[in-house]
Amino acid sequence: MKFLPLILRNLFRKKIRTTLTVLSIAVALFLYGLLATIDTAFRSGVDAAGADRLICRNKTSLIMPLPVSYRERILQIDGVADLTYASWFGGVYQDPHNFFQQFAIDKDSYLRIYPELVVPKAQMDAFLNDREGAIVGRHTAERFNFTLGQRIPIQGTIFAGTWEFNIRGIYDGRRPEDDTSLFMFRHDYLDERRVWGRGVVGWYIVKVRNPQEAAKVAKAIDARFANSAFESVTEPEKVFMIGFLKQMGNIQLLILSIGLVVLFTLLLVTGNTMAIAVRERTGELAVLKTVGFTDRAVLSLVLVESVAIALIGGCVGVGMAKLLTLAPLSIKNFMPVFYFSPTRMIGGMLLAAAVGFIAGLLPAILAMRLRIVDALRRV
Amino acid sequence: MVKVDGTNNKDALIRVRDLDKKYHRGSEVIDVLQGLNLDVSVGDFVAFMGPSGSGKTTLLNLLGGLDVPSDGTITVAGEQINRMSGRVLSAWRARHVGFVFQMYNLIPVLTAFQNVELPLLLTKLSKSDRRRHVETALSIVGLSDRMQHYPRQLSGGQEQRVAIARAIVADPTFLLCDEPTGDLDRKSADEIMDLLVRLIGEHRKTILMVTHDPRAAERAQSVLHLEKGALVEAHR
Repeated sequence: MKFLPLILRNLFRKKIRTTLTVLSIAVALFLYGLLATIDTAFRSGVDAAGADRLICRNKTSLIMPLPVSYRERILQIDGVADLTYASWFGGVYQDPHNFFQQFAIDKDSYLRIYPELVVPKAQMDAFLNDREGAIVGRHTAERFNFTLGQRIPIQGTIFAGTWEFNIRGIYDGRRPEDDTSLFMFRHDYLDERRVWGRGVVGWYIVKVRNPQEAAKVAKAIDARFANSAFESVTEPEKVFMIGFLKQMGNIQLLILSIGLVVLFTLLLVTGNTMAIAVRERTGELAVLKTVGFTDRAVLSLVLVESVAIALIGGCVGVGMAKLLTLAPLSIKNFMPVFYFSPTRMIGGMLLAAAVGFIAGLLPAILAMRLRIVDALRRV
Repeated sequence: MVKVDGTNNKDALIRVRDLDKKYHRGSEVIDVLQGLNLDVSVGDFVAFMGPSGSGKTTLLNLLGGLDVPSDGTITVAGEQINRMSGRVLSAWRARHVGFVFQMYNLIPVLTAFQNVELPLLLTKLSKSDRRRHVETALSIVGLSDRMQHYPRQLSGGQEQRVAIARAIVADPTFLLCDEPTGDLDRKSADEIMDLLVRLIGEHRKTILMVTHDPRAAERAQSVLHLEKGALVEAHR
């Protein structure tokens, strides 16, 4: 603490240079924050996936259905604890831009398999008692100002006609990464009204008794339907979500590449600032050594200064990114989990500190090795 | 009592024996100091004179532990400093030596108070004790009213007085002054010399000073000339 005034004075002796360096770090960390948030948005399904859940879908394609009769046959397989199913609806609410996912779900079992989606009991009862009832996530409900009891029309694109639903429940997620943008309605309503595709479902969600045996159970399910007209592919929910992500391209590689370029640039900028700062202060560093500061103390002073600059920039950048993710943005309509998590924020700050440390290391070593006699001769 | 003949002076604070310092410039070897002997007692005020390049500053650097000799020994208050490691030498400098430079070498972004406080940051003194020491040092050099001024707000003479306050604040065993009046006008130079003399008389400091200025050298108790790498006493 007693060295703090010295460090602070040195930090701000060249205000413009320090400010520009801090800003460059802030911009880089802001970018990191956005990339991390987008990564979280893309990965939210993966992060939220349950270790004890398997997704069983048609082997040909995700858009191909599976017979509803598979339900009982899957339940008979050893290791299966529970099961539910769902189908993609793909309707349009008022305008094609108003996109949100709509699933037809089995009213009795779906939320049992997804306990992280929380619906108040009275609302759940209302949903169970209304064939045209729907449960909508908090995010979508707030986006369109849906209220309980409201009747809303959705134009079918796969299943023709205008479908009307009564909002009977609004669910929340237990965790920040839980998607609260889904619109779920009863599968029996879909089966009743659709003119084709009766007796099939989109996919099954299988809950296994022991997550350690998930691979074995998946294999058993697929073996049961091998060589049938509807062969299946069963995989852990996490793997399914990752596969789904990969269809959109390697987002993580893209983010990592951008991040590395930014990091490298940042190292050069901060390293250059510290190198200039040390070179300008050669005489002063020699004086510090003359009055008794050890080589290590001088090394530490330069490193602390470098890390401090990086951390200030990091705070500004991470703070700006956090504020942006809290703002009402239209991108949230497509990325419901637009969330800059505290873990990622801490990661950003650690990244900034690491950049400061690495960038300051070489100038600090030069300062440490400075010979007093040579340095004083240059003054 | 200053001696340069190498005979033992049991009261010597600083004892230098057969000191050699060589520099290498490419393949050329330059002998700056050769077999130099020196004994300095507590309370002595010694001035080193000699032409440029004679090794005055080199000798001062060696005595202050800023440089290492090629050969010979330097003993200060019983401790042989030429055998110390860099880290031990740093601690030794902090405890025993106060440096005053020709160009003052103050840190421009620190106030006079903070500059003087620098050596005390390495001690275990509390903040209030450090403040007390700094105020005392600044009052000795007559700058109690300039504590919060930055170096750029001070005259050359005042800057040098701050540098002297920094040199004495940790109560070192001796002071090394390298051309302390070299960058000052006559009046300021005289004031600095008055101050150094007062430090000897009132605070019993030991001072070794390099100077080109005969008038400054006159104020010292002993004047030694560096000739061909060795010290000789000047006739006064």
